[in-house]
Amino acid sequence: MNAYTIPPQSPDRPLADAWLKSVQLHVSDQEKIQAWLEVDLDEQMRFSKRLLLLTDRRLIGLVGAGADISEYALDAGLSLRQTDHAGIGCIELFAAETRLACWRYTMAQNADATRFVRQFGQVLEYLRTGQISSAAPAAYCPKCLTPMTSDQEACTYCDPEAEEIPPSSWVLLRLWRFAQPYRWQLLAGFLLMLASTAATLVPPYLTMPLMDDVLIPYQNGTPINVPTVSWLLAGLFGSAMLAWALGWAKTYILALVSERIGSDLRIETYDHLLHLSLEYFGGKRTGDLMARIGSESDRICVFLSLYLLDFATDVLMIVMTAVILFSINPWLALVTLLPLPLIGWMIQSVRHRLSTGFEKIDRVWSQVSNVLADTIPGIRVVKAFAQEKRESARFRLANEHNLAVNDRINKIWSLFSPSVTLLTEIGLLVVWAFGIWQVSNDDISVGVLTAFLAYISRFYTRLDSMSRIVSVTQKTASGAKRIFDILDRVSTVPEPSKPVHLAKIEGRIDIREAGFRYGNRAVIKGLNLSIAPGEMIGLVGHSGSGKSTLVNLMCRFYDVSEGSISLDGVNIRSLPIAEYRSNIGLVLQEPFLFFGSIAENIAYGKPDATRAEIIAAARAAHAHEFILRLPHGYDSLVGERGHGLSGGERQRISIARALLIDPRILILDEATASVDTETEKEIQKALDNLVRDRTTIAIAHRLSTLHKANRLVVLDRGEVVEVGSHDELMARQGAYFRLYEAQARNVDTDLDDESSSNPAPVKEVQA
Amino acid sequence: MSDFELSRNAAGRLVLRTAAGETHEGVVPVHAFPISAPDECISLLGTDGHELRWIDQLADLPTGARELIEAELAQREFMPEIIRIKQVSSFATPSRWQVSTNRGDTELLLKAEDHIRRLALTTLLLTDGYGVSYLIRDVDAMDGHSRKLLDRFL
Repeated sequence: MNAYTIPPQSPDRPLADAWLKSVQLHVSDQEKIQAWLEVDLDEQMRFSKRLLLLTDRRLIGLVGAGADISEYALDAGLSLRQTDHAGIGCIELFAAETRLACWRYTMAQNADATRFVRQFGQVLEYLRTGQISSAAPAAYCPKCLTPMTSDQEACTYCDPEAEEIPPSSWVLLRLWRFAQPYRWQLLAGFLLMLASTAATLVPPYLTMPLMDDVLIPYQNGTPINVPTVSWLLAGLFGSAMLAWALGWAKTYILALVSERIGSDLRIETYDHLLHLSLEYFGGKRTGDLMARIGSESDRICVFLSLYLLDFATDVLMIVMTAVILFSINPWLALVTLLPLPLIGWMIQSVRHRLSTGFEKIDRVWSQVSNVLADTIPGIRVVKAFAQEKRESARFRLANEHNLAVNDRINKIWSLFSPSVTLLTEIGLLVVWAFGIWQVSNDDISVGVLTAFLAYISRFYTRLDSMSRIVSVTQKTASGAKRIFDILDRVSTVPEPSKPVHLAKIEGRIDIREAGFRYGNRAVIKGLNLSIAPGEMIGLVGHSGSGKSTLVNLMCRFYDVSEGSISLDGVNIRSLPIAEYRSNIGLVLQEPFLFFGSIAENIAYGKPDATRAEIIAAARAAHAHEFILRLPHGYDSLVGERGHGLSGGERQRISIARALLIDPRILILDEATASVDTETEKEIQKALDNLVRDRTTIAIAHRLSTLHKANRLVVLDRGEVVEVGSHDELMARQGAYFRLYEAQARNVDTDLDDESSSNPAPVKEVQA
Repeated sequence: MSDFELSRNAAGRLVLRTAAGETHEGVVPVHAFPISAPDECISLLGTDGHELRWIDQLADLPTGARELIEAELAQREFMPEIIRIKQVSSFATPSRWQVSTNRGDTELLLKAEDHIRRLALTTLLLTDGYGVSYLIRDVDAMDGHSRKLLDRFL
């Protein structure tokens, strides 16, 4: 038996025990198992386990432990195809164009399924050629066998977040990393806390001598000893003052530290976030990220400075009180402290119900505000269709829901604080009863009883606030986890470990066999393209053909999954990211202006640019004159709520921005798509200045704007279908020709509209 | 009644042959209203995504074609109905749920609370972390244990 070794050999995980018996039944000893896959759906799409087994001779489908199998002898004509739709994946076995079998699974199994299909391919290739493909990449993702390059740390294919686990409170310990720089302040704060808590415990202690040595002797006829009383009163006052001062110092120091920890956390998270690849931002909502950095870090800060501090103080106080009480009289102390755990547990269980209720109220609240968020921005539509009544009814409904939930909670909530008081009173009652009995037995003095009562009435009230710590900790832990999610994320576009520095950049770009997947969808497949220095390339193709993805790959917003992109013969992965991007000027369809003056916006890529440079760039971008017409010229404020600039004006500012950094490579992503024809001409003139002597890659909707391009590259489904100049492509009468014809017929029609209203049998390609 | 024929070819794809003699391979049936009207309003799309035929009522079709469409729809539009929630791993998301559905028992991963969508007052749609949608047709019809668990997420 020729045992072959296929790169990531046979299954590396043991087969589940449940399958072993049936596998042994059907697979002889001479047969070597190469791979296996458990799928979780049957033919009727019911959840039920099936096993696919790949040996060196057969592909076997097993159902349960029974003899029910389907088997297919391996031969070179077989192929496995993997597809997915709406969360369900499907592996189909084909012999030429005939489907032999089909297995379905939920996407939870997708990584395993992909691995299985790859292994199947390798086994077949061995059958066909007798050897293993030598072009195997060096590294594989251990989970799904996607090839990885050596400097890639995380597999882009299998979703690491699918492995998320719910937050545990231990996450909070990780905050120590941020607390460590402040450990001395923290220690000082802790000592102060110890001292101030001790100071607060002095007054009840002093009630003992006040009672036993002053008041009771007086009732029995002894006159009041003024010096003793003065000492005791002074002690009461002094300890109160001391507790006040120490308490202030402790709270101040710890609040200071926690604020700093929060701020460090925010800054570091934001820093880390900025360096993550675009892929990460693509999958996240802006509001969510803002909340994580803003309010979550604030919540952690409040937790540290308020709740944790209070809790620690309370624990210290209870421990110290217990020690004092035991030192005075162990029996009474025992009776006093015995109901404590019980009361704590009761408070906790009520709190628990309350906190789930409050979470529910939070969610219901968001429903109410959702109605508002829906209606107010859409008020024109509401009024135009005269639907005020209906919106009002919708709001009323949401409010009623809110009321119902609140009513239910209030039932428990209103019970809560009277119950705590009741429990406290009962606790006191027990101490009274036992105390009186002890006094009557002459075991303790009246003063001791008073001191005990004074002590415990203090900490019963604290039990309530202590019980809050559990839910607050949980909330903070989930907040901390959300922050550490960002901090733990490794950029899928890593900095090179051995960076190469290019002294002078020519601007030659070579794309070799580039492939890219979004999740499991291949967007770019085996793409080859060489761009000479100074050449202008027009990318043409309909939406979804991979133009923007290609541009993103060139900017290294993402890394290619396969193949390589190189600049002047050096793989762009080995260039420092910031250094590489400083050679790229990017003009987007929707120019983004930051809040600030026009001059600052133009100089965004080169903050130290002189005024002369800024003006030169603005002139070249045909922006100089309209800027001068603004009331504050180059100092006019723009941005979200700033000066109202038209789309064309914004675009020319962004062109000036790209011109100022004088990039060797220029990328125009639909730079003229969102403006009218007149403005387009203005922008075109600006662009002509920009394009000169630079390697340019332009994506344009209107083919007319690509007249200057040296070559046009027509993309379809992630592959290059045609390359050539305008004239060559017109002569070829292929995809580009059809596209151009369609545009020539109706210059201003948006091509997407055209194709949807006119289902032509030919495959359309749009620019 | 119908002006077309449906069949399944060797590759397992649906083939549509119109009365005019045109054939389209790889026809895909889709529901226009998968939840509110599962037996009505079905469209047959070609591989290029253009609509080939519109079917108002599935019941109007001859048995053969209807069965083919139903089989294809069942595989494409997989939406198990949750009958019972047996256990959830935690009340904070992400949470793994052990559920019984009309298609057998399974485990689903709820990544966030807003992946539960309220379709009607008592009808919910859950999208699990892998993209499968689960339907809860009537919350009130579920047993107390399931409702109690579910309530923590609503």
